[in-house]
Amino acid sequence: MAIEVRIPTILRSYTGGAKVVDGSGDTLADLLTDLDSRHSGLRGRLITETGTLHRFVNVYVNDEDVRFLGALDAKLSDGDSVTILPAVAGGAFGFAAAAAISSHSAAAAAISSHSAAAAVSSRGTAVAAR
Amino acid sequence: MLVLSIDRSIIDAIVAHARRDHPDEACGVVAGPVGSDTPTRHIPMDNAARSMTFYEFDSMEHLRVWREMDDRDEEPVVIYHSHTATEAYPSRTDVSFAGEPGAHYLLVSTREPDSEEIRSFRIVDGVVAEEPVQVVEAGVDPHAVQSYMFGQSPATVDYECSGR
Repeated sequence: MAIEVRIPTILRSYTGGAKVVDGSGDTLADLLTDLDSRHSGLRGRLITETGTLHRFVNVYVNDEDVRFLGALDAKLSDGDSVTILPAVAGGAFGFAAAAAISSHSAAAAAISSHSAAAAVSSRGTAVAAR
Repeated sequence: MLVLSIDRSIIDAIVAHARRDHPDEACGVVAGPVGSDTPTRHIPMDNAARSMTFYEFDSMEHLRVWREMDDRDEEPVVIYHSHTATEAYPSRTDVSFAGEPGAHYLLVSTREPDSEEIRSFRIVDGVVAEEPVQVVEAGVDPHAVQSYMFGQSPATVDYECSGR
């Protein structure tokens, strides 16, 4: 079964420059595993070392943010369209949490494998504000 | 040479947005035709974090705006946000989270009540490179531009000149 996956600019180095690739899987986790078999390294940019979806990447199934669909357990069906976007975030905030974040390779930290407590707490704020 | 060339009316709209949301950080995008490096369509975004020290696009608005750009053969030429108590220079947080290597990251500082600091950066693989901001005066001679080099604050600019 084919699921269309839209790849953001910053991750197209894993897809040979392709903006859209096809994959398969019953859940988002399965899909990412399937994609990684052909686009090695892609999964590692989206999932943390503890096996959760990275906080600073947004993944959508059709028109829904997967955070509201069970995250990596989000169910997929043939014909679904999955969109990956690096979250656009930042700001002057510069206490310990920022240091914790930036002590990791700044290169791709936006969607690299490490999250941070402050980032998570800010997510809470964002959700609450909806 | 790296430079952000941007229309006066767009800069004015970004500054107005930053002033409106002060003391919270404001954020948004200026879209332009793919490959043109020309920002033409200003899209103010909600700061879902509603914070004085942090900004984040609302995830649903983000999807909607990025799709719209896709449909119009546009890309995010400028991604901007304000710092409301500090200088217009990318924080470590900004650098860590910069996920659009093709974009100009424009920062506006609103810490001074009656002047703005406006600076632009490329942020690629964690490396920050400042670039001059070239403000194009529309409706005048298109070649008549005013350049702000490397952090020079446009404090002396009279924003009344845009005809509003």
